[in-house]
Amino acid sequence: MDNRGADVQKQPIQIAAQKGFLVSFGLRLWREKPLGFLGAVITLVFLLTGIFAGFLAPYGYNDIDPVKHLMPPSFENLLGTDNLGRDLLSRVIYGARVSVIIGLSATTLSIVVSVFIGVITGFFGGMVDLILQRFVDTWMCFPGLIVLIVAISVLGTGTWQVIVVLGLLYGIGGSRVIRGATVSIKENTYVQAARMIGASNTRVILFHVLPNMMAPIIILFSVRIAAVILVEAVMSFLGLGVPPPIPSWGGMLNAQGRMYLTKAPLLGIAPGVALALVVYGINVFGDALRDILDPRLRGGIGSFAESVKKK
Amino acid sequence: MKEYTIRRLLALIPTLFLATLVVFFVIRLIPGDIIDQMLAESNAFDADITRERLMHSLGLDLPVHVQYFEWIKGIVLDQNLGKSLWDGRDLTDDLSKMLPVSIELALIALIISLIVALPIGVLSAIRQETRLDYLGRTFSILGLSVPGFWIGTMAIVLPSIWWGWSPPIEVVSFFEDPLENLQMFLIPGCIMGLVFSAVIMRMTRAMMLEVLRQDYIRTAWAKGANEKIVIIRHALKNALIPVVTVIGLQIPELIAGLVVMEQIFSLPGIGSLILESILLRDYPFVIGLMLLMGLLILIINLLVDVSYGLLDPKVKFKR
Repeated sequence: MDNRGADVQKQPIQIAAQKGFLVSFGLRLWREKPLGFLGAVITLVFLLTGIFAGFLAPYGYNDIDPVKHLMPPSFENLLGTDNLGRDLLSRVIYGARVSVIIGLSATTLSIVVSVFIGVITGFFGGMVDLILQRFVDTWMCFPGLIVLIVAISVLGTGTWQVIVVLGLLYGIGGSRVIRGATVSIKENTYVQAARMIGASNTRVILFHVLPNMMAPIIILFSVRIAAVILVEAVMSFLGLGVPPPIPSWGGMLNAQGRMYLTKAPLLGIAPGVALALVVYGINVFGDALRDILDPRLRGGIGSFAESVKKK
Repeated sequence: MKEYTIRRLLALIPTLFLATLVVFFVIRLIPGDIIDQMLAESNAFDADITRERLMHSLGLDLPVHVQYFEWIKGIVLDQNLGKSLWDGRDLTDDLSKMLPVSIELALIALIISLIVALPIGVLSAIRQETRLDYLGRTFSILGLSVPGFWIGTMAIVLPSIWWGWSPPIEVVSFFEDPLENLQMFLIPGCIMGLVFSAVIMRMTRAMMLEVLRQDYIRTAWAKGANEKIVIIRHALKNALIPVVTVIGLQIPELIAGLVVMEQIFSLPGIGSLILESILLRDYPFVIGLMLLMGLLILIINLLVDVSYGLLDPKVKFKR
């Protein structure tokens, strides 16, 4: 009579295979924002080059060989050599390492500072907020680069000095964004509910406010890291960044690029192209990230609807 | 509207006061005393010197808060922004020569950036997802990514190689000889302008997109209004408000860009002056210049706020 029930019970329930988070994210990028995928690839290549610079570079970054002065590209030196006979390709690769280290550390520090200041002023409000906001206002009065130059001239040049100064500067600047996000999250019902049942402030901040701020934090991170890499290059260009002989793309443009542009143009072109390419990749990737993470700006109909549309 | 302006002016004062404090005391933190540098080089403007006499003549042996009041008094009463510790020249004199240079460069950059960014931003928004849009967006991201100082360096070296041309060395006022003047200023101005325009373009595009989705725009279309009228009269004015904010926020970046460009193109403006003074540990110049910058930026922010009053009817007609 009615055998359908038996059939249904006989078929095992099939659970769709779960793809990993990264895989599904990558696929989504590829399908919806191909340019962002390209940016992600560039960023990844940059990161890996920076981390594995020691393995990738054919020579050291300070292998001085006066005989090979300003040679054009050859099989031995794919990009030629600079005025001290150092292989340009290796120096560019090591320059990536410097940019990765400074970029990641300074940006992470700046996010930590931003979140700290932003959450405290946004969450607690009152006098603390007023005073700190006045201070942040004053801070934003002065051009970042000038403050950086002053700070570096106080502390001297060096990798950790640059990281700390950049991190603090951008940290204070970005606290506004985090503060805005905190204030809007604070008004949500779940936060009020948590406080009502007696959760301590620390608990509310750590478990309710912070996890819901991940989207603005990630976006801020991606924007900041591009800015930090560029600013570090400018500082090195002005002679106030990482000291030689450590290769930094900005410093390479200043020292060798300017002087030898006529004789060996690659010295001035290679670091510049590397910089532009990396910052471009990070920016494009960050844009795509923002578009995916911020539903308001998306303007699309969602990934499920898109996949249905395609069928 | 008037009380809004007055309120904004009053809010300026504590920030300005804080700024002077910050500038003054932060510079005092710099180690590597200028005294030591001067003694080492012995080319200060006084012949036989000991450390005590030098400090006394520069007023550095007074207690810090007295120095601060003397400084403020000097600015307000005598218009004395500071005398160089190296060769005694007045900051005000230097400023009168160097400020016009920087202002001209900044103005060219601003004008070019607006001319480029606003139309492209609007076009990108009204023709979204077409090739024009992608072109505009690529251009804006390139503007953000390609380092200005790199292009500046190439722009000054390559013409000398290819065409044997290099910009003139002496600064000529625009009113005396426009062509000569522009030869100096146009290239760095263009480069700065293009970099600056990237941010404005993005903001314009994003705001236009948001405004164009509003109901009142839909009403205008439904009424059958001309596309140009809808865009310019209805949409643009409302979209511009956050764009003006962004422009105001980017002004400090513009000033920072001045420092780099003036270095590359050897323009005697306040950017190079600041860099030089900081590296020479010339306290009075540094604090005078930083105060000037802070004041400029605060005034520009004030102007931005006041412009809300003109652009945004919600502010204009607030009771």
